[in-house]
Amino acid sequence: MPGVTAPTRGQVLSLYKQFIKNSNQFNNYNFRQYFLRKTRDTFRDNVNQKDPKVLMNVFKDAKNELGVLKRQSVISQMYTFDRLVVEPLKGRKH
Amino acid sequence: MLKLTTTRSITRLSQLYNVPAATYKLKGSASLSNVRFYSPPAAGVKLDDNFSLETHTDIQAAAKAQASARASASGTTPDAVVASGSTAMSHAYQENTGFGTRPIYLDMQATTPTDPRVLDTILKFYTGLYGNPHSNTHSYGWETNTAVENARAHVAKMINADPKEIIFTSGATESNNMVLKGVPRFYKKTKKHLITTRTEHKCVLEAARAMMKEGFEVTFLNVNDQGLIDLKELEAAIRPDTCLVSVMAVNNEIGVIQPIKEIGALCRKNKIYFHTDAAQAYGKIPMDVNEMNIDLLSISSHKIYGPKGIGAIYVRRRPRVRIEPLLSGGGQERGLRSGTLAPPLVAGFGEAARLMKKEFDNDQAHIKRLSDKLVNGLLSAEHTTLNGSPDHRYPGCINVSFAYVEGESLLMALRDIALSSGSACTSASLEPSYVLHALGKDDALAHSSIRFGIGRFSTEEEVDYVVKAVADRVKFLRELSPLWEMVQEGIDLNSIKWSGH
Repeated sequence: MPGVTAPTRGQVLSLYKQFIKNSNQFNNYNFRQYFLRKTRDTFRDNVNQKDPKVLMNVFKDAKNELGVLKRQSVISQMYTFDRLVVEPLKGRKH
Repeated sequence: MLKLTTTRSITRLSQLYNVPAATYKLKGSASLSNVRFYSPPAAGVKLDDNFSLETHTDIQAAAKAQASARASASGTTPDAVVASGSTAMSHAYQENTGFGTRPIYLDMQATTPTDPRVLDTILKFYTGLYGNPHSNTHSYGWETNTAVENARAHVAKMINADPKEIIFTSGATESNNMVLKGVPRFYKKTKKHLITTRTEHKCVLEAARAMMKEGFEVTFLNVNDQGLIDLKELEAAIRPDTCLVSVMAVNNEIGVIQPIKEIGALCRKNKIYFHTDAAQAYGKIPMDVNEMNIDLLSISSHKIYGPKGIGAIYVRRRPRVRIEPLLSGGGQERGLRSGTLAPPLVAGFGEAARLMKKEFDNDQAHIKRLSDKLVNGLLSAEHTTLNGSPDHRYPGCINVSFAYVEGESLLMALRDIALSSGSACTSASLEPSYVLHALGKDDALAHSSIRFGIGRFSTEEEVDYVVKAVADRVKFLRELSPLWEMVQEGIDLNSIKWSGH
């Protein structure tokens, strides 16, 4: 379909990297783990997607979600709570 | 721990402005244009370089400070108290050193954590979009009204309802009260009878009891040892003057799913309104109000990772269900629930409902996997039983009885895991769960049962920790118990005559 171009491999990889980076910045253990899991699942689900129109929509949605993730990971760093009993105290920067 | 300094956070925040403007667009809201003008990032603000934006809430430290204050008042040091206890109990707070202290949250039936994506939606309404959604004369009202109607559509979509059939309330308790009191009061001239079950939530049971005082007759259906109602018994209980049947979809204590579709068909056949309390079911099991013939359905937002303080009720329009409203007022929400809606909560609730639908398959698979792991782990110990039907249940709610252990003492020994022995409403009193009683469990077993709740944000690591911790603590507590010793010696506890003094 003219006018619709699928995102390039580089664009998708960069988006994936940003998702992982921002998910990792959640101070809350459960949210961090959830968004890491969800990021991996979502990208894996679409790995064989070939239709450029669908891909473009998925890409657009993902970009919106990245905005949410960026804002919320900052908020999560502002309002912090004790680490959970399953979380090691060392080995994480924040 | 990262100290978020002003300079750093301003760079981080200003990075956020680089996200394309479309990112900030409220989904589906026509009143907000695509073009946005942002004020420049607050780069000119000068503060001390090491001024921290972080606010840390240390609950454990406060608890420890309180404990040591109490101990010093009574003349013993907290260390001495710990040293006098045995090792297993001294670790009741914390399994290993080198890890955090905050308990694992496994009480998802009481409430769930708010999803960050929901909070992101809510924040807009606590910062800029503060108009009254019922204000019809200016754009402040229009923009919040659009958001409210969007949310209503998302809430309706999950159960295949029409958005016009959704009424926002303060929560499932209000929804249940509205139905249990409003429907019979409207039809009181001809109908005098209600049917509900013994395992309902307290708010349904109490509302039904309140109606008995108003002269209505109420039939409380029994459940079998699996927690399911008998359809024949329900059919036999139906009378010509029955106006309402109320059966909850998923039980809050044992997670049993009632045969909603069959009950719906039976009620439709007899032209009786069918209400189901879906606080624990909405978004967690597939529900379709048309296919299941549900006339009224209660929903709670904080059980689906939404904000607390809001819920909804589905009220069927065709055939129309009439309700006498509990509140008199400005006639909002089709006149059934007067009072200004809270747009932040409504929008958050809508987003939570949208996510429940979008993430349904992923959440289901995740919860089922963790639930199977937890059930297998817990039941591998001897003398443990799963309460409720093993087949007709929502996997995210697991109620297990640990025989010869006192439930409250097990909860005390599991301070590093947030659990409850039943519904949060009755956790303050020490009475055993009436739900387990209705299943025919004796007092001892009802006392020794614990509910585990798994949700979207639970992790495998947490489940592994819980399985190990529960196995250790149960073993420890049983070793203290004389009853356990007798069981090990092969004495049948029922044969003992306990002499009174």
